[in-house]
Amino acid sequence: MSLDREQVRKIAHLARLHLTEQEAVTYAETLSRILGLIEQMNAVDTTGVAPMAHPNEAGLRLREDVVTEPNQREKFQKIAPAVEAGLYLVPKVIE
Amino acid sequence: MFEKTVAELSAALRRKDVSSVELTRLFLERISRYKDLNAFITVDPERSLAQAGAADALIAQGTGGALAGIPVAQKDIFCADGWLTTCGSKMLSNFVAPYDATAIAKFNQAGAVCLGRTNMDEFAMGSSNETSYYGPVKNPWDTAAVPGGSSGGSAAAVAARLCPAATGTDTGGSIRQPAALCGLTGLKPSYGRVSRYGMIAFASSLDQGGPLARSAEDCALLLNVMAGFDPRDSTSVDEPVPDYTQALGHDIKGLRIGLPREYFGAGLNPAVVKVIEAAIAEFRKLGAEVVDVNLPNSQLAIPCYYVLAPAEASSNLSRYDGARYGFRAKDYTDLLDMYCKTRAEGFGIEVKRRIMIGAYALSAGYYDAYYLKAQQLRRLIAEDFLQAFESCDVIMGPATPTTAFKIGEKTDDPVAMYLNDIYTVPINLAGLPGMSIPAGFDPQGLPVGLQIVGRYFDEARLLNVAHCFQQATDWHQRMPKGFE
Repeated sequence: MSLDREQVRKIAHLARLHLTEQEAVTYAETLSRILGLIEQMNAVDTTGVAPMAHPNEAGLRLREDVVTEPNQREKFQKIAPAVEAGLYLVPKVIE
Repeated sequence: MFEKTVAELSAALRRKDVSSVELTRLFLERISRYKDLNAFITVDPERSLAQAGAADALIAQGTGGALAGIPVAQKDIFCADGWLTTCGSKMLSNFVAPYDATAIAKFNQAGAVCLGRTNMDEFAMGSSNETSYYGPVKNPWDTAAVPGGSSGGSAAAVAARLCPAATGTDTGGSIRQPAALCGLTGLKPSYGRVSRYGMIAFASSLDQGGPLARSAEDCALLLNVMAGFDPRDSTSVDEPVPDYTQALGHDIKGLRIGLPREYFGAGLNPAVVKVIEAAIAEFRKLGAEVVDVNLPNSQLAIPCYYVLAPAEASSNLSRYDGARYGFRAKDYTDLLDMYCKTRAEGFGIEVKRRIMIGAYALSAGYYDAYYLKAQQLRRLIAEDFLQAFESCDVIMGPATPTTAFKIGEKTDDPVAMYLNDIYTVPINLAGLPGMSIPAGFDPQGLPVGLQIVGRYFDEARLLNVAHCFQQATDWHQRMPKGFE
């Protein structure tokens, strides 16, 4: 499977990555090579094999639904690119 | 003093032969003298010396455990409150962590001194430390060669004796491969053994933190501190932590060593084979038996891994949006543009490659062919190990197919770079513990690492097996020239 420039653009959009024209060309080439490696997987028939998502398949623990962490809004917002009145600032979304 | 192991320094501190402040100064001075290695991203002498002073007070009171006062370098992937925590990325180049990772908190509690933050491949994605935003790290054994990655800064720092020990993380080999290439002892614990809380995520079903040091004994001392159940990590396993130092020194007569024939096939450098065979012969002398085992699906571990790890990474790294912390692009037109430009400018090439491979593998229409298929292969690879461990106690083989390669040699060929981890990746997929220990040198004088793999939660046995070898050999005591 090889990817063309347009497919790379589409993937980059899904991943929220801005690409230049030149980058789209370069990534199309390297990503295709990586997909070539990945496709070696097809050498093995895995029909009926249960997928393994995780080494620890016992499942995730549950905990009591209680507050365990203190509020540290100011400390956490001190490292934000832009905040005002306790809110994170981003470009306007709704006109 | 800088040549001493953690165990020796710990004894020296307790005998008051040296203080933690003196040790910390000594190593800070060495870091500064050998800064051309580029092993560290951040040092903060004032903070480190304050910690050392506090450790000296603990030692004077006779409280403080084995690591009290020991300077330890921390991989720049573990969040540490008040420390710049970059993960080797421009994206986090201004990120001062507001909390401690559990591993960091445990070192602090043990009275260890944070000596600084080590360089690494960006977001731990790399096998040579060349993807770091902060530039490549040099291998102390050959400064034109890579130290391996992603924990390359940690490995170079320990090898050059800029610190007695360091932490690393291992998603596909990032502790064992640099340990092999730098002549160190590195341990990737079983998945779930060391908390991932505050350890910046790459591929969450594979990531595991562990120690890089000069000996198995030192790794045991560090693992004693790092290991343990953590309610803040939902995948942490609630399994008792033995005192790993107590596991050392038992003889290994009758130990069954499995040699997977697939680990000795094409692509393995003959000089590496020679060293590994000599190491196995040494284990026979120590009373171990050797049995042949098969890991038939191992050769598909790299393709499988390069679906699963990027898929998890593309999901984990979606958090870097320029809104809440880290880098934000300067010029953008709207919110979408802010995301896209921030991520385009903040991530390096290899990270973008993996995010895109992951996004593609998870996208509509391709999920079954890539992600599901890879998860099925993962099961087959894990079952191979279960089967192999029915006839042996540990599995041994090379940690890497070659010794350290030159800086720049593989940067243009991601596939060649990925194949470096061919022997380490299967262990992550299965979630098993694995070590790399120094086993000898190639004709160019570069170190070769022997990999030892154990059953789930069998770290104590691995450490003992490694320790027995290190009692009988002195490969782990060799030091690169030019750092005296």
